Amino acid sequence: MAEDIKALSDELARDPNSLVFLRLGEALRVQGQLDAARQVAHAGLERHPGVIDGRDLYARILVDAGELGPAQQLWEDALRMDARHQGSLKGLGFLYYNQGDLDQALEYLERAIAVDPTNQSVVQALRFLQDVAAKLEATLEEEDVTPPDVFEGMEARDRGILLVDGQGRPLAGGVTTTDGADKTDEVAAYLAGVSQEAERTSRMLNLGEWQSLVVEGQSGNVHLSQAGGEALVFLARGREIPTGRLALMAERALGAARAWLKGQGL
Amino acid sequence: MLVSSEDGLVIADALLEDVKGNAVAALASSLAKRVGNASKSAGVGAPLFLHLDASAGVLVAAPANSDILMVVVAERSVNVGLVRLEMLRIAEAGL
Repeated sequence: MAEDIKALSDELARDPNSLVFLRLGEALRVQGQLDAARQVAHAGLERHPGVIDGRDLYARILVDAGELGPAQQLWEDALRMDARHQGSLKGLGFLYYNQGDLDQALEYLERAIAVDPTNQSVVQALRFLQDVAAKLEATLEEEDVTPPDVFEGMEARDRGILLVDGQGRPLAGGVTTTDGADKTDEVAAYLAGVSQEAERTSRMLNLGEWQSLVVEGQSGNVHLSQAGGEALVFLARGREIPTGRLALMAERALGAARAWLKGQGL
Repeated sequence: MLVSSEDGLVIADALLEDVKGNAVAALASSLAKRVGNASKSAGVGAPLFLHLDASAGVLVAAPANSDILMVVVAERSVNVGLVRLEMLRIAEAGL
């Protein structure tokens, strides 16, 4: 390669108007001689401002030097001159990938491969990005944030069955009032510390381990039970459901909650 | 036991000697308040009766009025239904 650089340098010295500056600049860039490569590319562009490959070369040198913003500008200029310039399309694809914008990166590489489907470096770059995109999609699917339907199929699940942790954070289920207002977060927050308080009260009174807490309200009843650790199952129903039946419903909900918590390793 | 709903202080009690009345009053009041807030938020309204069931006994509470909470501690074998009726009757009649 060193000989190539010498030969190319000699050739450029003999004919400064030659387009050999493109090959010399690239050879220097590949060798990591970025300052020399930059000088050659800059001088070449001054002589040949309309040579799009010169802008592409300069942009690649700038990328190697970590100057991504000016490189992007050069490639965008090049594409304004020729919208099908493959090197610039590929370069911008790389820059967008570097910025974390996978969609844009793929778009530029797909445009690049449309120009020349046989260009192996573009084919490989596109394959790489497609793999990254597929893996990302799979990861996002695994990290689906949809709340688990722990209480699926249970009576009253639409009105109010909630599994909440000791810090007042909902784990599953939800609470909705009769007028359709979602009160899940609010109820969960109020329940923070209830388990500890019930436990302290029971201990102080020598009542043993607390098991459930039933509240009869003006227009409905609530059943609270320990799901394990400090997690609670909260079940709310209208007054038409007697507290005894509410206790049976709570028992089913508690079973489902405990099974889910166990499955989560909690 | 009668407890101030607001600050959890004992107003009157008839407890066994080994029961720490002050602590129980504070805890029962706080528990009733927390659970009451959750109940109101869930749309079931203000609590009329509260029943804590434990492996060796029960604690039941009912507001006698807006300021006073009645608290009863009993063995697990107690007839909670009867206790509930009595407490609600007292609450209705006013202290």
